[in-house]
Amino acid sequence: MKRSIVSKIILLFVILLVAALPFLGVLSQYTQRIAIMCFIYIILATSLNLISGVAGQVSMGHAGFFAIGAYTSAILSVDFQMPALVGLLCGGLLSGLFALAVGWPCLKLSGGYLAIFTLGFAEVIRLICINWRSLTRGNYGLRGISRPSFGGYVLDTNLKYYLYAFVIMLICLFFLHNLGKSWFGRNLAAIKDDEIPAEAMGINVHLSKTIAFAISAFFAGVAGSVYAHFMTYIDPSAFVSDVSTTVLGMVVLGGFGSFYGCIASASVLTALPEMLRGFSEYRMLLYGFVLVIAMLLRTVDVKNSALGIRLQGVYRTVSGSVRNFFTGKASPKKGKGV
Amino acid sequence: MTYFLQLTINAIALGSIYALTAVGYSMVYGILELVNFAHGSVFMLGAFSYYIFAVLVGLPWYLSFLITFILIGIVGFAYDRLTLLPLRRTNQPKFTGLICTLGVSIVLQNLVFVFMGSNTRQFPTFFEGRYLSLGPFNISFIQILIVCLSVAIMVALSLFVKKAKLGVAMRAVAQNSMASEWMGINVNSVVSLTFIIGSVLAALSGILSCMSFRSLDITIGSTIAIKAFTATVLGGIGNLGGAVLGAFIVAMAESYTAGFISSDMRDLSAFVILMLVLLFRPNGLLGKAVQKKV
Repeated sequence: MKRSIVSKIILLFVILLVAALPFLGVLSQYTQRIAIMCFIYIILATSLNLISGVAGQVSMGHAGFFAIGAYTSAILSVDFQMPALVGLLCGGLLSGLFALAVGWPCLKLSGGYLAIFTLGFAEVIRLICINWRSLTRGNYGLRGISRPSFGGYVLDTNLKYYLYAFVIMLICLFFLHNLGKSWFGRNLAAIKDDEIPAEAMGINVHLSKTIAFAISAFFAGVAGSVYAHFMTYIDPSAFVSDVSTTVLGMVVLGGFGSFYGCIASASVLTALPEMLRGFSEYRMLLYGFVLVIAMLLRTVDVKNSALGIRLQGVYRTVSGSVRNFFTGKASPKKGKGV
Repeated sequence: MTYFLQLTINAIALGSIYALTAVGYSMVYGILELVNFAHGSVFMLGAFSYYIFAVLVGLPWYLSFLITFILIGIVGFAYDRLTLLPLRRTNQPKFTGLICTLGVSIVLQNLVFVFMGSNTRQFPTFFEGRYLSLGPFNISFIQILIVCLSVAIMVALSLFVKKAKLGVAMRAVAQNSMASEWMGINVNSVVSLTFIIGSVLAALSGILSCMSFRSLDITIGSTIAIKAFTATVLGGIGNLGGAVLGAFIVAMAESYTAGFISSDMRDLSAFVILMLVLLFRPNGLLGKAVQKKV
């Protein structure tokens, strides 16, 4: 009880801190851009986490839903002068609908069908973006997407957009987090463990998976809209399959089902390649290794291995002496020596 | 009509390549119930390996073929032993294997990218520009070679699976791996053998495909992956004859789409077929309904 209050206070403090960061003057224009990309990738990773991490259905098509959201929002903004929030909702809903259509046949079956099908789906969406020139301007891309405005107040600087993206991200995270903790999330966790007993317990496996997939795609579409209005220019090359892989890598590195792990790994994996510029050629190679090694680590019982036991011993000694330092007690080991 | 028949002839050659690739998918799925995402990358790796030895090193073609097959066989073996075997041994859930194959696929593709770059290269071929004229049709020699070679390999493979001791072991493992282990079959070596055969066939079809298109770049693996997978599912996953049938149907659909509608749409056709199959006949044309096992 007490612990949950403490963690809530810490959470609130972190949220306020991140919201206040640009006003403290510690973020340059460039860092603000990276931070906004972090927010976008956090939405992508946590939404993929719902279908892949929580429900165990690997999807490789997040770039496709990201693209649907971005293009819907961009076209509504450029051709119809719609406000950004309308584009955001429409983009999310449209990609959710696409996910229903795609997920229904694939998720009837277990195994890798969804993965390979969504991989193809994302590629098809990209091909459509390239070839349907009258709507998407093909490879030239869509230019002049307006920044969001509220009653004449335009979010023209990165600083203002930072707050907009941050608020959208918080709303998405709120929904995704509570969904994971709800009865629906528990159903999905049961499906991840084993579908047959889940079905026997009265869960409609097929329906639950499809709905989870649609929700996941909805938030990917929202992320797409945030991206489109941030860049103000999009073209099909931003939605290659590498994006899907990157997001899946974030979910896997975050612990495959862990909500906060996902947020942490999304932030790190977005910020890190920006800092290591010369490294960009090896980035995808790294993600590949991350996927393989993260899976192989599951087979090793880290806790009970020789190194694990030793590390736990070190941790106990260090945390014990830190605790003793704060409580003013002499460390038991030292006492013995003297 | 002649145009239609010419497209059909091209589709048969294309279908042979798809069939060689699809068989590898089908065998691995039949035994492990795992979609092997790395298959497309192995296809690409095989073509690159042949290119390196035949063009950059300058070895004669037969040596290049031999070295490529040995190399790719080792890759297939190591891939199974190092990444998939530990997962099987500790009874990890299925998605772990899936993610692992994805990871291996990305690693292979990007290793080639790091060392070879992403530019398109001209691929050496046999019978440069020579073709057989049968009335209004042109059939290039390389197409004939591809079809003959594929038919020979398919016949040999089906004989192997039906008659040879290892082939029987393979079918037994596919049916029930635990029971076959009790009968004294070394399941892990059977699985490794499956990976080796599948990888070598993928490498061969990669080389043949590049010979027929005369170009090579690192993206060829990802486009073939979805087409070969569609062929496998369409024919009935785990069924070798079905994979071949599916491969020809996919190739024909692709060829007619490119010929009659638009060549931009050719990659869409496989996707549409896959969607229809999953909707209406998820067990495939020749597959039987499988009971879910607890």
